Amino acid sequence: MSDINKLKAIANRARINVVKMIALSGVGHAGGASSIAEILSVLYFHEMNIDPTNPNFEERDRFILSKGHGCPALYAIFAEVGFIPEEMLWTLHDIDSPLQMHPELGLCPGIEMSTGALGQGLSAGIGMAIGARLRKKDFRVYVLIGDGESNEGQIWEAAMSAPKFKLDNLVVIMDYNKFCLSDRTQQVMPLEPLYGKWAAFGWHVIEVNGHSISQLIHAFEEARKIQGKPTIIIAHTVKGYGIPSVEDKAESHSVAFIADQVSETLLALGCSQHEVSQFMQQLKEKN
Amino acid sequence: MSERKAPRDHIGAILLKLAENNPDIILLDADFKPASKITAFQNHFPERFIQVGIAEQNMMGIAAGLSTLGFIPVVSTIATFISRRACDQVTTSIALPELNVKLLGLYGGLFVGKNGASHQSLEDLAIMRAIAGMVVLQPADVVETRNMLEFATQYHGPVYIRIGRDPVPQFVPDDYQFQLGKSLTLRDGNDVTLLSYGDLMEDTMLAADYLAKKGVQARVINMSSIKPIDEEAIVKAAGETGGIVTVDNHNIYGGLGSAVCEVVAEKMPVRVKRIGVKDVFGKSGTNEQMKEKFGLRALDIEMDVLEFLGQDGRESQKSKSK
Repeated sequence: MSDINKLKAIANRARINVVKMIALSGVGHAGGASSIAEILSVLYFHEMNIDPTNPNFEERDRFILSKGHGCPALYAIFAEVGFIPEEMLWTLHDIDSPLQMHPELGLCPGIEMSTGALGQGLSAGIGMAIGARLRKKDFRVYVLIGDGESNEGQIWEAAMSAPKFKLDNLVVIMDYNKFCLSDRTQQVMPLEPLYGKWAAFGWHVIEVNGHSISQLIHAFEEARKIQGKPTIIIAHTVKGYGIPSVEDKAESHSVAFIADQVSETLLALGCSQHEVSQFMQQLKEKN
Repeated sequence: MSERKAPRDHIGAILLKLAENNPDIILLDADFKPASKITAFQNHFPERFIQVGIAEQNMMGIAAGLSTLGFIPVVSTIATFISRRACDQVTTSIALPELNVKLLGLYGGLFVGKNGASHQSLEDLAIMRAIAGMVVLQPADVVETRNMLEFATQYHGPVYIRIGRDPVPQFVPDDYQFQLGKSLTLRDGNDVTLLSYGDLMEDTMLAADYLAKKGVQARVINMSSIKPIDEEAIVKAAGETGGIVTVDNHNIYGGLGSAVCEVVAEKMPVRVKRIGVKDVFGKSGTNEQMKEKFGLRALDIEMDVLEFLGQDGRESQKSKSK
């Protein structure tokens, strides 16, 4: 299998597991998790320096999911990487589960920062990128932010400060899925021109299709060549990508699947009839 | 009386000395360095001084990120901007992940050099006390400030230290060692107990002098560890003196008075009088004007204590003003 097909397959498996996890939990942020599956697949299986057997090794690249509610996809990727066993995914949102509805540092291997209150992850990433330089380490820091999250003032405080510190070891990826919780971002709070805003703040800006593995790979390659300033990759995505009942709708933000939607989605994502039947049985037993 | 010194005038030099022995200490500033007197640190350790501009929320996140690499970030700005403006960042980015960040809240309370209500933190103790796992301290003088900063850089976890702006006498002994959750009795007495911290320690001690002249022997305790609080000393004082008066440079809701009430209500119910700012915002003015307006002068404290004890506080005030 080519590298691109492998990364596609990983993203698809993560998306399938996101649907299963949320179905078992009863509710979850399906839309903002499914929109970032390819980004995470490329980061964890192509771009970042990580060690599946040692999630905390000092030289590792850091990843912060600033839009913390997208974490079902991150947890699914952690299971693919081997940071956590796949069975742990089925405990999503349980009271004693390491997989809380928003990521918490210290609960689950791989989580680099507690997030969930929007707008905060980029600042922490800046702290890590400054820290890398002070420690004379050449690891890189990746922060995934949301488009709706970019309504928060702190994002722009952070956007102003990273170029001041010339953080070329910092890459932001914006999951530009065009929706907030309640409506289209354009309706809730217009963000455009995003390219111009980030460029004016002193960032190197790249725009890609956030579901295109090859475009993402090239964007990260380009970011590595940029010196003296941070890079943002504006990744155009579709909220609820691959989930027919909610795709490209605000309703995808937090979803309580009914059984028919689950089987429909799993089939649409390429699961076999056997796998779907097996999962529907598991779901029935849990409820 | 000892020489009067302002805690905030000394934090820069104290931090510089600590940083010389600990390469992990990093200082973050949000454009407040001339007032917090930390410019010398920047000059000495330019690479370990991070100027984030007037952006306290971002500053908290940067501190959080640095701490994940084993640094000990010390964040220094006005108390209100830590507790009010950046409350969510302190909570979610620092306290929730239990990160090793030290928060220096300058200008805690009413005394902010005529800056007025927007700059007065009368809520910070309530806010910071309510954040899970947050340690909340205020030193009474410069010796205790040095002790506390030393403690904070050795302790692992988030610590909020409220730093007074103006000169105060020395209250703790030269060989004092700050201990988390421990108080220091500054004056013995068994008729009533006065508890305070920080800038108002002086007026509280003076009130105890006035009370002694009326035959009331007040125990005075410096409760510099506001959270965790010295429950043992409070229970002992409640048992031995029968009543407690707290003196807060803070709204009476949520400050030391509330913390003390929580302890005595559960462990040794006695009457408690909470002196402090009575649920109003502050004003521009001198410290003396502020103390008078909000009833925090030594003679106000004395009168409140006498009233609390069932003696005639009003007569006492009249005789003093003669």
